[in-house]
Amino acid sequence: MIKLVNVNKYFGNLHVLKDVNLEVKEGEKLVIIGPSGSGKSTTVRCMNFLEEPSSGEVYIDGELLTHKNKTELVRKTSAMVFQQFNLYPHMDVLHNLTLAPIKLQKKSKAEAEELAMKYLRLVGLEDKAHVYPGTLSGGQQQRVAIARALTTQQKIIIFDEPTSALDPETVQEVLDVMIRLSEENITMVVVTHEMGFAREVADRIVFMDEGRIIEEGTPEHFFTNPENERTKAFLGKILRQ
Amino acid sequence: MNSGVFALWRWEALWASRAEFIDAFFVTLRVSVFALVLALFLGVVFGLFSSGSNKILKGIARVYVEFFQNTPLVFQVLFMYYGLLYAGVDLSKEQIGVIGLGIYTGAYISEVVRTGIISIPFGQTEAALSQGFTHLQAMEYIILPQSVKIVLPPLVNQMVALIKNTSVLAMIAGGDLMYRSNAWASNGTLSYGPAYLTCGILFFCICFPLTYFAKRYEQKLKSAGTSKKEVTAG
Repeated sequence: MIKLVNVNKYFGNLHVLKDVNLEVKEGEKLVIIGPSGSGKSTTVRCMNFLEEPSSGEVYIDGELLTHKNKTELVRKTSAMVFQQFNLYPHMDVLHNLTLAPIKLQKKSKAEAEELAMKYLRLVGLEDKAHVYPGTLSGGQQQRVAIARALTTQQKIIIFDEPTSALDPETVQEVLDVMIRLSEENITMVVVTHEMGFAREVADRIVFMDEGRIIEEGTPEHFFTNPENERTKAFLGKILRQ
Repeated sequence: MNSGVFALWRWEALWASRAEFIDAFFVTLRVSVFALVLALFLGVVFGLFSSGSNKILKGIARVYVEFFQNTPLVFQVLFMYYGLLYAGVDLSKEQIGVIGLGIYTGAYISEVVRTGIISIPFGQTEAALSQGFTHLQAMEYIILPQSVKIVLPPLVNQMVALIKNTSVLAMIAGGDLMYRSNAWASNGTLSYGPAYLTCGILFFCICFPLTYFAKRYEQKLKSAGTSKKEVTAG
């Protein structure tokens, strides 16, 4: 569905992605792990052109993503959940969810709101439809952000470290929602440090380090006998915690 | 008291010429309104340019702002007046006033708009882009509605400055309130006292209601952001 071919990305002189090749398949739950600064976020941000690759191609359903068609293609393919939630603070929760369906997908207000309420129920926040994001806890805001992504009914949802900005106590409520989601037929691409989640949900795990994909495989492969030394060192460190 | 600066007979002379002051008042009001529309338009357009990612548009906005902020308004208006006259472009003094003041104030407003935009976390723009909104739509639906609250006070300052700056039209005999007050006094009874005082009061009559209603509107906007909030147990 989304395919990165020889993607390189520079920020000034910093070479953050080095020949990244990665294909996301339909219905797949793909988890990307790796140390900070390894290029995980940049990789997924190339998938919806929040970052434009310095070289290489990104294909969505076989179509080359360009500066020109990015808005159109992204609009009908993916939604994103951010580390910092990025809800629209001047709109109540319901309005946050219905804005894109009404403005971009030309759904009626009633239709969009019905859909929004359905997904608010899924994340357990139907009673918060009419409050402003600022009054919600971090975990609740992130669940709203997930519901917002769902309300656009895209095939792919990209999660960019969705629990990294949360208090330890609220991490689980967000992970629970994501686990529930993984049972649906939605393609999920998840950048995370939550190994328990990766192990439970992932169909495939990709390990990145220093801008390269070092190793990929099933959770079983990763957590029982990783091959690469870097992977072993990383997992050893993170699983000991 | 017959020879005083504010002698009664001077006031009587002014009252007899009231039609002239009223007319001048409306010239100033008209120039202000049209210049304001132009300034707001330019301010938003160049504010978007300078806060966006396109380097060329950013550069154009920079040149515009730096040029018009760093030369005197009087120079710009005179330059435009004589320049256009020389180039054979036939514009009325009122039109020159509108264009001159509009472009000048637009430079300041664009800076106000720019700071209003960049004060909203960029993550919200990214969220909108990730949903498939264009950059312009992200501005329209998400960023600018929030910026309004932030930019309103400095924006009103610029609006008031514009109205007061219509007085530079006096330099080109612009038919504005300042010029006509001065001209009326010097051409007739030399009643500068009542003329200037009236001129000041009339300016105040335009500017004060503007700041007053802007403050009320600002209060309304501020409370609108909170009134629908419910008390929630985090």
